[in-house]
Amino acid sequence: MEFSATVTFSALMQQVLVGLSRTTILFIVASGLSLVLGVLRIPNVAHGSLYMTGAFVTYTVATLFGQSTLGFWLALIVAPLVVALLSFIAERGLFCHLYEREHMMLLLFTFAFSLVIGDLVKLVWGSDYRSLVAPVFLQGSFSISGFPFPRYNLFLLVIGPLVAAGLWFLTNKTKIGKIARAAAVDREMVGAIGINVSWVFAAVFVIGCYLAGLGGALVAPTQNITQGMDHAIIIEAFLIVIIGGLGNIWGALLGALIFGLTDSIGILLWPQFAIVFPYVAVVTVLLFRPQGLLKSTW
Amino acid sequence: MLRVENIHTYYQLSHILFGVSLEVGQGEIVCLLGRNGAGKSTTMKSIMGLTPPKQGTIEFKGKVCTGHKPYLMARMGIGFVPDDRRVFADLTVGENLEISERNVHEGGWNKDRVYNFFPALRSIDARRAGFLSGGEQQMLTIARALMTNPDFILLDEPTEGLAPLIVNMLEEQIARLKESGLTVLLAEQNLEVALRLSDRGYVIDNGAIQYHGTRDDLSSNEAVRNKYLCV
Repeated sequence: MEFSATVTFSALMQQVLVGLSRTTILFIVASGLSLVLGVLRIPNVAHGSLYMTGAFVTYTVATLFGQSTLGFWLALIVAPLVVALLSFIAERGLFCHLYEREHMMLLLFTFAFSLVIGDLVKLVWGSDYRSLVAPVFLQGSFSISGFPFPRYNLFLLVIGPLVAAGLWFLTNKTKIGKIARAAAVDREMVGAIGINVSWVFAAVFVIGCYLAGLGGALVAPTQNITQGMDHAIIIEAFLIVIIGGLGNIWGALLGALIFGLTDSIGILLWPQFAIVFPYVAVVTVLLFRPQGLLKSTW
Repeated sequence: MLRVENIHTYYQLSHILFGVSLEVGQGEIVCLLGRNGAGKSTTMKSIMGLTPPKQGTIEFKGKVCTGHKPYLMARMGIGFVPDDRRVFADLTVGENLEISERNVHEGGWNKDRVYNFFPALRSIDARRAGFLSGGEQQMLTIARALMTNPDFILLDEPTEGLAPLIVNMLEEQIARLKESGLTVLLAEQNLEVALRLSDRGYVIDNGAIQYHGTRDDLSSNEAVRNKYLCV
């Protein structure tokens, strides 16, 4: 057991930046999960599988273009859309018939759905892992007070706030966002003012799954793209949604910050036990705020 | 305009309505009187399609629409004002109205006209609906129903639990709605308000219509009032 006694300020700053870029991915994935959970009341276990699909599709599209810069941008646009299309088919074909069922049924159903997607991914891409290089201008590192900081992480730090702003705009300024917020609380009454809630749900589901695909696309150049990345992310995403407050997008942001930062700072403080830190943070939050940090829509 | 014939409605296994029939003609205000639990709200919800009846028919504007989804009933021109108000608490007053806007046309209801109708709402446009007083919430639910530009409104106990001053104001506004050509089915426990507003009335008890008559019949028939309406 070895405590690193000399935690310098610049090392800390570096880890904070790394943690924030991890936060970006976690936030994008968890906000999508939270949106679906809040409005449709579906605990979508397959959300992680859609994230994995997004990563694999990103790999394929980028590779079609020789992993060039153009290929990367194209993949970043196409992959989340492919995932959104997949989720749209699943929603209209399957999910939309199940909204009235109890949660346990929905949970089992989405779990089954996650297994099906997992196997489809295995069929299409095989069980080997893939890797994708970031486009040239995002490769390498900046030097921040003497410590190297990967350019790609900086790119993530730009994307994160953009997605957050986009989600804020969507939920607060657009009609579909306002309707979704109303439906989250009282779907029956939304129907009684003449809105076909079924299509609102389809839209929200697709947007939520798009975010899973986007998260997968953005994470692709930073890690091995492999079977199993679905399970890892879904557990983290659910924990984030739970500590943030079910269905609250800003709660997802807060939860992702806590998870991302405790993880990266934990690595600095006590590398061998780093994995424990975010979970301790989750337990601590739940001890004091079992209903989550921000207001849940449930 | 609306014809309900012999409907039977259940909540899961409990049988709530036993063959309710009623009719509302174009431009009328018809009241549905009854005690708590008599079946007023269930009748309203059955018409709206929220608790579709298992038997019987509902006909609106000459079309049979039994078992239609609530959003289709709303699109056919029925506005629904539930007794528990159910404003969209997370949305502002203005947003509540914006998402309800439907069938926009010249001379129809829009946010501005609704605010002229309930001036108190204009000043709280940006306030979250969850933070409103009971009277304000009631105005908002009626305003929300008006935003859908209905031809017919189901008003479920609009005066319940409100201060007398607000009850008077609402009463005047409901009378004005009738003047503007709207047809209303009004569920009420408050006999005086109901009789002042309506042309005809039905008395419901134990899930079945027990009496039907004009306003004058109802106000003169003490036996019916004592039997079905006194607590």
